[in-house]
Amino acid sequence: MNDIPKPREQLFGDLWEYSTAPQGSEFVQYRDEYGHFIDGEFVDSEEWFDSTNPATEETLARFGVAGEETVDEAVSAARRAFEGPWGSMAASERAKYIFRIGRMIKEKAREFAVLETMDGGKPIRESRDVDIPLVAAHFFHYAGWADKLEYAFPGVDDPEPVGVCGQVIPWNFPLLMLAWKVAPALACGNTVVLKPAETTPLTAMKFAELLQEAGLPDGVVNFVNGAGDTGSTLVGHPDVDKVAFTGSTEVGKIIQKTVAGTDTKLTLELGGKGSNIVFEDAAIDQAIEGIVDGIFFNQGHVCCAGSRLLVEESIHDEVVSKLRHRMSTLRVGDPLDKNTDVGAINSEQQLDKITRLVGVGQDEGCDIHQIDCDLPETGYYFRPTIFTGVTPSHRIAQEEIFGPVLSVMTFRTPSEAVEKANNTPYGLACGIWSDKGSKLFDVAGRLDCGVVWGNTYNQFDPASPFGGYKESGFGREGGRQGLLDYMKHS
Amino acid sequence: MSPDYRPPQVPPVDQVGVEERAAKFAARSIKRESKVSGLERIVSMIDLTTLEGNDTPGKVRMLCRKARRPLGERDCPSVAAICVYPSMVPVAREALEGTDIHIASVASYFPSGQASLDERTDDIEDAVSAGADEIDIVINRGAFLSGDYERVHDEIVAFKKAAGDAHLKVILETGELETFDNVRLASQIAIEAGADFIKTSTGKIKPAATMPVVLVMLQTIRDHYLKTGERIGMKPAGGIRTAKGALKYLAMVKETVGDPWLSPDLFRFGASSLLNDVLMQLEKQRTGRYHSERYLSIS
Repeated sequence: MNDIPKPREQLFGDLWEYSTAPQGSEFVQYRDEYGHFIDGEFVDSEEWFDSTNPATEETLARFGVAGEETVDEAVSAARRAFEGPWGSMAASERAKYIFRIGRMIKEKAREFAVLETMDGGKPIRESRDVDIPLVAAHFFHYAGWADKLEYAFPGVDDPEPVGVCGQVIPWNFPLLMLAWKVAPALACGNTVVLKPAETTPLTAMKFAELLQEAGLPDGVVNFVNGAGDTGSTLVGHPDVDKVAFTGSTEVGKIIQKTVAGTDTKLTLELGGKGSNIVFEDAAIDQAIEGIVDGIFFNQGHVCCAGSRLLVEESIHDEVVSKLRHRMSTLRVGDPLDKNTDVGAINSEQQLDKITRLVGVGQDEGCDIHQIDCDLPETGYYFRPTIFTGVTPSHRIAQEEIFGPVLSVMTFRTPSEAVEKANNTPYGLACGIWSDKGSKLFDVAGRLDCGVVWGNTYNQFDPASPFGGYKESGFGREGGRQGLLDYMKHS
Repeated sequence: MSPDYRPPQVPPVDQVGVEERAAKFAARSIKRESKVSGLERIVSMIDLTTLEGNDTPGKVRMLCRKARRPLGERDCPSVAAICVYPSMVPVAREALEGTDIHIASVASYFPSGQASLDERTDDIEDAVSAGADEIDIVINRGAFLSGDYERVHDEIVAFKKAAGDAHLKVILETGELETFDNVRLASQIAIEAGADFIKTSTGKIKPAATMPVVLVMLQTIRDHYLKTGERIGMKPAGGIRTAKGALKYLAMVKETVGDPWLSPDLFRFGASSLLNDVLMQLEKQRTGRYHSERYLSIS
């Protein structure tokens, strides 16, 4: 790392080094190829693409590419299920299916975690301790809502489902984003056609196998694989009643244009450029943990990542110094090693994007600090990076990098912190660090973003709604609010 | 309070954040070579302790024998120190003659510290003159909780003087201080008053050592080092009974204060039953299977 004047450094050496602790993957089973999952069956495909393990660059399996005809079959199957067994089923019975899915996820948790790590590159510690437990929790939470919907919508006697939902999800939390979309849709009595991301379709296909095992009626949940064209076909399909998309703001805008002028309902959860605001009176050591978690969790592939650090000028040097010491203990490498903190970048394309934007930061004169660690020879990896000397007019302070790259800026007063935090087209999440409750709540109320964490970061719970302001999208997922867009309520 | 004493300024501590961070160290997976070398390191960091009303010379001699050769004839480091009441120091001194094992004695009217300052410093001087080269003292929790930080500070200064060249370990009794903010402040006061080590607990109060409490103390030690260059030692005591638990502490030390503290010079475990569990795990690593506890000598 570059030098910031500081009298002493901490010595984190190899006096006692952890041995490798690989999570076994021999027990996981998956097929060589998955076409699509329509009407309760896996169906063949004409075109195919490969999905690779970003940590090894090895091909895991090949997946179908759905064209118009396949998407139409999937939507028709969903429509038949909606008008057939699923639509006429008692809500309490629906709840049982959703609860069963949650239970089976728990039973197969380790297998799902390993597959998620192999396909996406995230550390096994995260897929095991965060992603998969939250997936199960979402199904359990929404199982509870299925027969209590009239309490979610006071004043509406008989809330009705929307119909067929077309859902498109991203690659950063593949199975979790699936759960966020599928669980509330099913709870409300809808049927689903979902397109997983093209770099991470594996766990969705394993989930389809789980649905077969759970005996979910055919056609209630369908999966079509493919890239942007497939997604575009799905969201533009005339028989889709509701579109839910999580992904980039760029694609979100295209989708919004596609559905404009139709009566298709739409929710979007898009990009972000979240701020962690650290006041002088914060619990510094815990704030450092929050900053690290905010930007290096899941290699920074998090839409609500705290990718901007706004730190009060008086403690800037101390925070940067402590942050650099803390970063030097991060373990970057094999995502399947149980001690890995930062895994592989999801794809070569994403690695290129991160590398390019970090180059822009350097060209614009910001000071770069990267941890000094060995990276595996194969696979896509990027060193945890922070930039100091950043101002709001630098591109790295404005654009979403979606990688392990933090931009550090300073502020002098609470108002300046708020102004800088809001100085972005996005508005998804922010963190505030202060030991003074009154200041924390005052600042929280002035931030234009959907989620504000106080003295913590990246906390998720199925009971808590999540969603954005401004170009981070609209609609909420999670909790009672997450039901709203999956129901007709007049 | 005299107007010229100002208690040290310490940063606030967020309980939720500390507990979350401590839990992450507990999730570290320590296998194979790192497990064996970690366990051996733990043995070398143990202050093998007996602090009971019914301690006898026989019990202390038994402990000393175990301290020298924890695994009998097989290769195994000896423990760092024996920790006993002042009255048992001469017995330990004789039993440990010719070894590098330190003799630690609790003093200052351990565990309550409820005696006059003179009585407490006399207690320390007696232990030192009997042959203890490490003295574990308790802070005045009553004074601390009533806000008389100056008294806490001044008493530790007096203890340090009474201990002379002996290493001073200052017990905060964190279970009675209750909040992490108190632990952070008490740690800083102890360090500034001359502690060579800061220590969590007497073992007589629950909760004794916990990972979050030790994390807060280690962060205080780290900040003191970054500011002054002086390295203070850390001793969690009480409640650490398993090898697995101790390895988690070692991971926390490695990732919080770094390599210099992975040594008995700067990190100790105050424990009694921990040693046999560590030895059991070492034997498991050597032979590939667990043997019965009856193969391990009691201590």
